[in-house]
Amino acid sequence: MSADQFAQYLVSGITQGSIYALVALGFTIIYAVTKIINFAQGEFVMLGGMLSFTLAHSAGMPLVLSLPLSVLSTAVIGTILYILAIRTARKASVVSLIIVTIGAAILIRGLAAQLWGVGAVRPPFFTGDEPIPFLGALIRPQALWIIGTSLVATVVLHLFLSYTMMGKALKASAISQVAAAMVGIDTRLMALCAFAIAAALGAIGGVVMSPLTLTAYNVGVMLGLKGFVAASIGGFKSPLAAVIGGITLGVVESLAVGVDWGPFTSAYKDAIAIILLLLILLLRSGSLAAEERAG
Amino acid sequence: MLRRAKGNWTYFVIAALLLFSILIPFDWFLGRYTGLVILIGISTMVTVGLCLLMGYTGQVSLGQAAFYGTGAYVSAILSKTYGVNPWLAMLIAALATGAFAYVIGYPTFRLRGNYLAMATLGLGVIMWILFRQLSQYTGGPDGMAGIPYLSIGGFVFNTPFKRYFLVWLFCLVILLVSQNIVRSRAGRALRAIHGSEAAAESIGINVTQFKVKIFVLSAVYASLAGSLFAHHLRHVSPQSFDFMASVKLVVMAVIGGLASVWGAIFGAATTRILSDELLLRFGELDVIVYGLILILVMIFMPEGLFVKLKDVIAQWRLRYEQRGTKT
Repeated sequence: MSADQFAQYLVSGITQGSIYALVALGFTIIYAVTKIINFAQGEFVMLGGMLSFTLAHSAGMPLVLSLPLSVLSTAVIGTILYILAIRTARKASVVSLIIVTIGAAILIRGLAAQLWGVGAVRPPFFTGDEPIPFLGALIRPQALWIIGTSLVATVVLHLFLSYTMMGKALKASAISQVAAAMVGIDTRLMALCAFAIAAALGAIGGVVMSPLTLTAYNVGVMLGLKGFVAASIGGFKSPLAAVIGGITLGVVESLAVGVDWGPFTSAYKDAIAIILLLLILLLRSGSLAAEERAG
Repeated sequence: MLRRAKGNWTYFVIAALLLFSILIPFDWFLGRYTGLVILIGISTMVTVGLCLLMGYTGQVSLGQAAFYGTGAYVSAILSKTYGVNPWLAMLIAALATGAFAYVIGYPTFRLRGNYLAMATLGLGVIMWILFRQLSQYTGGPDGMAGIPYLSIGGFVFNTPFKRYFLVWLFCLVILLVSQNIVRSRAGRALRAIHGSEAAAESIGINVTQFKVKIFVLSAVYASLAGSLFAHHLRHVSPQSFDFMASVKLVVMAVIGGLASVWGAIFGAATTRILSDELLLRFGELDVIVYGLILILVMIFMPEGLFVKLKDVIAQWRLRYEQRGTKT
């Protein structure tokens, strides 16, 4: 692999990794506040992309309007999901909650297939598609939008969690539900916020990603899985760890595809994330189990 | 009073059901549904494993179709391409799948909750990719056809009528074995785990080991079902083992009831009839129905639809009995 090729693979890895990072952030926030793994997380990415396509194409909205509206609508859907399904089943066992979110995921997926059909769609590029040369690599403008938007979203989330009352309350209920409730924090409201934020983050990913990668009703499962792997690499600990996990996964995948594996073609790219997940489980199951007991 | 009410009734119901199920494949009865009922039997075998897994380990596998598919493909490849005896192929498939499940299960069961679900979901995706990509062995996306029938001596299971009895014999054996496990020492250990893991561990039950065993058992069930599937349809393709196939299996288990053995038949039958007969013409609509079933059943009757129905019927009968004694 030449230096130029390496740069190219690195850039595409970081681009893809930014999307994984946004999904991983969603997983991490919901898990921190509610101890639920939301298997519908990937569907938010799909919804963001699909809605932005519809608003821009069919409704003919300008991008400045269609993009925020897609994100906002998805956040509302995330909130509705929480109120209708998760909160009603709040006292249920872990396995029930997993199944509820899986049910929600395939429900959203099925509805999307009815609404948008089963073909892939491409929302318009934000600023054209003229590749920009950079350090021997060619970067497509949309890739810059993806990386930039993810960066901004992460920074905004960090500021929100650190410097606003709401954000601090979210953090508090992530540390201890009981203690948070004792100082007067409405922990149910915080859980609702976590779902809304996670949905919005997923939708942001979908909105910026779809012009480059296209989107279809069934992309959610794979993106959710990759995001979960990214969050596992980060250990579900902090937003920063989730972002690092996402970028790491993206770069590893991209470089692995660049290597010539002989008969093992790039069709196996998707297997890399899962093998990573199994490795993490094997290597860290001891320490993770200890943490679970402590928590 | 409940016990007395059970007595004669139960035997009568069992005898009637047995007669009914023997008559199903005859042409003058429900013969044209034989194919469907065979598939229900095959799905039941996978579902029992999932019901035990969900009910007794508190975890769920979202990749059960991977084990099902492994059974089907190993059987198909060994018996068709390499000319191995189908029964031997089936055995090899089951052993391989069980070993495979052990390797996945051991690290994940030390963790509570979500990891097994994600690891198995991932496993399902990997296996699906392999079924599609290893086309020199698996025939790629089109799958492979011409898989030999099962046979005993000179007796070949070459008609649906014969295979109906073969599949349901397997299914019945698996149901009875499962019921025995649940009622045995192991079953009591499992119920103790279900009640409180800490308490179970403190009386000397190796919680992780029991959970892994159940997981391996469920994988072996799925593999056997997959082998039967391959030798029944004589054609396997990756579509039968994708993510939605795994979700459908979870739907069957959820309808059948967590920790319930006989409910599996009910779950498999309901789901199979829904997707193969009723919802077929509506395209992707069945996915929406399954999503709703999963959410609603888990919220309102987390122990499963079948178990709930059983409770309701038991209550009715009790009320009926009481009225009987008063007058």
